[in-house]
Amino acid sequence: MGCSRGWRWSRGVVAIVLLGAAVPAFGVPAFARKYNLRCSDCHEAWPKLNNFGQTFKDNGYQLMTGRDAPIYQQVSYFPIAFRSMPLWHRDSSNRVAVDVIPGNPGSGQTESRITKSGFNISGLDIWTAGTLYKNISFAVQSALDNNGNFHLLTYFVRFDNLLDSRWLNLKVGKFELDTLISENRELTLSNTGGFYRNYHFTPAGDRTSFGLGDHQLGAELLGHSRNDYTRYSISVLNSTDGQADMPTNSYDVYADFTQGFEIPKLGLQRVGMYGYVGKRSTFFQTTNGAAIPGTGMGNRSFSRAGVYGLWYVGKFDFSTFFLHGQDNVFLGNGVQADQPFNLPPGAVGPTWNGGFVEAHYTYNPQLILIGKYETVQMSRQANPSTRKDVGDLKVWTIGYRWYPIMSSRAGLAWHQEYSLARSVATAPLTGRDEVSSSFLMGFDFDF
Amino acid sequence: MMKGSSVALALLVSYSLFISAQESKIGRLTGNANSGKVLYRRYCITCHGVHGDGAGENAPHLDPKPRDFTRAAFKCRSTPSGSLPTDSDLYNTISRGIYTTGMPSWEPLTRQQRADLVAYIKTFSNRFHEEPPVTSVPIPPEPPTSAESVQAGAALFQNMNCWSCHGKEGRGNGPSALTLTDSKGYAILPFDLTRGTHFKCGETSRDLFRGLTTGLDGTPMPSFADALKPEQIWDLVHYIRTLAEGDRGFFHRAKSERKLP
Repeated sequence: MGCSRGWRWSRGVVAIVLLGAAVPAFGVPAFARKYNLRCSDCHEAWPKLNNFGQTFKDNGYQLMTGRDAPIYQQVSYFPIAFRSMPLWHRDSSNRVAVDVIPGNPGSGQTESRITKSGFNISGLDIWTAGTLYKNISFAVQSALDNNGNFHLLTYFVRFDNLLDSRWLNLKVGKFELDTLISENRELTLSNTGGFYRNYHFTPAGDRTSFGLGDHQLGAELLGHSRNDYTRYSISVLNSTDGQADMPTNSYDVYADFTQGFEIPKLGLQRVGMYGYVGKRSTFFQTTNGAAIPGTGMGNRSFSRAGVYGLWYVGKFDFSTFFLHGQDNVFLGNGVQADQPFNLPPGAVGPTWNGGFVEAHYTYNPQLILIGKYETVQMSRQANPSTRKDVGDLKVWTIGYRWYPIMSSRAGLAWHQEYSLARSVATAPLTGRDEVSSSFLMGFDFDF
Repeated sequence: MMKGSSVALALLVSYSLFISAQESKIGRLTGNANSGKVLYRRYCITCHGVHGDGAGENAPHLDPKPRDFTRAAFKCRSTPSGSLPTDSDLYNTISRGIYTTGMPSWEPLTRQQRADLVAYIKTFSNRFHEEPPVTSVPIPPEPPTSAESVQAGAALFQNMNCWSCHGKEGRGNGPSALTLTDSKGYAILPFDLTRGTHFKCGETSRDLFRGLTTGLDGTPMPSFADALKPEQIWDLVHYIRTLAEGDRGFFHRAKSERKLP
């Protein structure tokens, strides 16, 4: 039983890692071309936004200069940008389940270290966004992964400054949840450290399909002050974790509030809080035992909530993030809500806490050093017989990005990164700790 | 002895002017040019250029062209035509941006950062070292909008030849519009006064009054400080307000009309 659960958890980790490899990132030279601004105007270091870039985004990709509508653009201008990254990487994991005799599943399994290295490509992000008219903006973001599979990640239209007010902006479609610490704008890229574990974490054996970093389907109302120091957003979202064609007649709610303030000699500091409350089905209508998509039943609740901050001290800045998560007992134990007798004795809803500190040193707009520490700690397992620390995570990442080319037309960054992750008692066969690491270096470019 | 004192005084004045050119004072804020240089290189350099001469890499693509800071001729000032702006003028321009140009609002920067940028921008021209600070022109209280005031403003719009550039209806399409150039010889179009309540140097009626009084240095827009009395300038402001179309301009006009007898 322990091995089985550990295996499922391990597969979950692999899925997260794969997801991490596919996490898209924003950095939109199309805007730079439109407004004749350089990357560093909107980004601390692309793709991470500074407050000017965040304000631009919150204004609906408008600088509010009176020339934002496409009619003021040259006829040849088209709001499209591409991003890709040829790279060399080395990924290692110490406890992967392998057949004792390669090619012979009947020989049994054992755990082995797997190390892979070589040249690779990140895939291709295709990103188009801008204004359809004054105060009507849009975005369509798609990605070709490195196997050529096509993913539609973002797809929305936004009505900006309704009633001539910055406090009323309505977005409808598929989009990243509003946050100042955007996973899409993260500066780390490796398979181990290139995503926020907290944004995708679910405990071992948990059936909740949700990630704070997943793009969701729904509508968002967002408002902000003129300088963007004060922001709020409220979203109503399908209970499908962003999957299309999966109506559930159930909706989730996400809210975010941030406040910025200036400290003399230090600059802008920002604090924020967020919360997500949702439901997920625990079983489906079936045909011959096969689930019929979109017929989820036995919905049970889950929530994620926390606080975050962006702190600036001279050339240093720190992003701090805290999350508290909890899932319903049926979701946490992977049991259908109509079969409570299948719950293990003493079963409860799992809870956990997590967070990260990400530090940057911006030597100048063309060189940034990165360090990140992330952790997740289970505070209550869904099954009381499970060791309390199963699934706990720690991830360390360091790296730097150097931008030898940074113009208003294109950008090129040399990226190097090393990341190490340890997850407690998740090895698929022995239930021992898993350790994985990634080293990555490559040319990250967009144009 | 007297000669030595004069030299010392001159040196002291020069030094104090030099120091003031390295700093900016906006209210209680003191901007620092060294800090401003870092910010300038991040945010401003692509348009205004490394030397502040408006020859950044994007300058060829911009219309109107970026400001040449080495000339120290600024559009949006509270000071008389031809004189240097106050630090607050530069700060306000950075904060507000210049509507209908490539210059956005930099209000997302902190107040200190904007003050630092002002200090650095002043280092591009020796005028800030050599010339003493100039005080802002006074703006008298705005009289109430009335039919008489608007009509007087309309007459002034005709008599002062505003229409020759801005057009009969204020659309920026007067007979001279296509012949205008800025102080560096680049073609420049008059402002379309019907665009709404935003103007190049601000949104309020006081901003409009200030622009008419001081002129926009570096552009063909002259100062009317000597040609018109303050109450006449207010008349002109009231008339220009009626030209705005759409957006809040419509509501503004309707509101103004309701006030008319």
